[in-house]
Amino acid sequence: MSTAGAIRAAGTAGRALPPPGLPRLIPPGAPLHLGEHIQRYGPVPFRDAAGRGGRYRAADLIAEAERAGLTGRGGAGFPTGRKMRTVAERGRRGGALRGQPGTVVVANGAESEPASAKDRLLLTRAPHLVLDGIALAAEAVGATRGYLSVHEGQDELALQLTAMIGERDRYDQNRVPIRVVAVPGGYVASQETAVISQLNGGAPKPAFVPPRPFEKGAHGRPTLVQNVETLAHLALIARFGADWFRALGPAPWPPRGAAAGSALITVSGAVTRPGVYEIALGMPVGELIQRAGGPSEPPQAVLAGGYFGGWLPFFPALDVPLSDAGLRAVGAALGPGVLIVLPESACGLAETAWIAGYLAGQSAGQCGPCVNGLPALAGMIARLAFGRPDRQTYDWAQDLLGLVARRGACHLPDGTAAFVASSLRTFADELRAHSTAGPCARVRRRPVLPAPGHSWDDLR
Amino acid sequence: MCAELLPELIAEDPWGYPIVAAAPVPDELVPLARRAVAACPTLALLLADAD
Repeated sequence: MSTAGAIRAAGTAGRALPPPGLPRLIPPGAPLHLGEHIQRYGPVPFRDAAGRGGRYRAADLIAEAERAGLTGRGGAGFPTGRKMRTVAERGRRGGALRGQPGTVVVANGAESEPASAKDRLLLTRAPHLVLDGIALAAEAVGATRGYLSVHEGQDELALQLTAMIGERDRYDQNRVPIRVVAVPGGYVASQETAVISQLNGGAPKPAFVPPRPFEKGAHGRPTLVQNVETLAHLALIARFGADWFRALGPAPWPPRGAAAGSALITVSGAVTRPGVYEIALGMPVGELIQRAGGPSEPPQAVLAGGYFGGWLPFFPALDVPLSDAGLRAVGAALGPGVLIVLPESACGLAETAWIAGYLAGQSAGQCGPCVNGLPALAGMIARLAFGRPDRQTYDWAQDLLGLVARRGACHLPDGTAAFVASSLRTFADELRAHSTAGPCARVRRRPVLPAPGHSWDDLR
Repeated sequence: MCAELLPELIAEDPWGYPIVAAAPVPDELVPLARRAVAACPTLALLLADAD
């Protein structure tokens, strides 16, 4: 069936069936082109679309997102409905500014977390869900333009997405002009204000807040920045409703205010089947590792939440629920949905020193405590890992952890501090062993944790 | 420099950057706080409304 035919047919068809259970976001098989996408999910349920055939349509998408308990999937986990409501209100209040009416929607798919692959997978396998989400969010917050950020070096993907946007324009499935933007690869470049800074013609570096993007962002307009996965969920909530969304989650139909729904988690490290998995939030860590085929060699620990997350010893971690609340309660985090299994054959202190060095090098160079504090911290951890840890070095490291936290324009210093602090807790036995016998042989193996562009020579 | 202007609320880290007390600025210290913010050569300080 042609795309035009599919849209016509879907307009008179009965209700499209919501995905039963999982997966919700990434259908099996090849990515759907626009006609197939509309046949499968129904047309984009814009407010002004004729509500024929009893098809569910969220008359107020913002209220539905609030009721659904959808939270951001980019790492910060901020309630999406609330963010949308704030941007919409600011947009109504602000009127036109410098001839620019309306607000702006930015779909953030730049994914600078090295161990995360979910956003590029989503953009490759289910791009129309993301684009639906941009269009629906734009309508809900009164946006007059949209942007979709992708990580640099994905020219083919950027071209495909641009072509899809063009096709959707022909069938009025976008409602606003949407431009694809490539974001450079630095760790902090995909932070919300860094993306906006780049859109405004500046460097891709985090900006000081206030003002926050919802007050003044792209082109001075109130701007809604959402991770691409969050927008894909929104596109399904708009069609199938908040109750459907909340049927999966930490408990079925969790209480109001509790996070809910499904999430994409990238599992890597010493597992048999590394990859991106969609889970119901609240699933225990052990169950996900089992779905990924279990450990590929004797496991030692897991890193939950990426490089702003935390280390957990392996066996106690298995029962921890995969949710932000569950992981924060044990000193880790969900972050952008990243889980890495560390094998026994690696040294947790060396891996931490390696990544602390990488993160120090990723500083945007704007804030003294970060520019000075992170290299000093990385140096201390390197001493603990590769030298003979003594009390003084350990104490200096602890002092630095307190000194750098929450003193920058972005969370690079706090996130690094939290990650390093968790390593001193989880690898305390290693630290003791290193201080009596010196560094273990495992410090010399190739690192498990990815750090693009970073080299060992910088460290030792 | 700022730590000298407002020692009640600002200490200095090993690299000379301000460490700011978490509590809101008492009313009587607001004028001094404004001077400290204006005097900072690296724009490391910001006076914000506690709302």
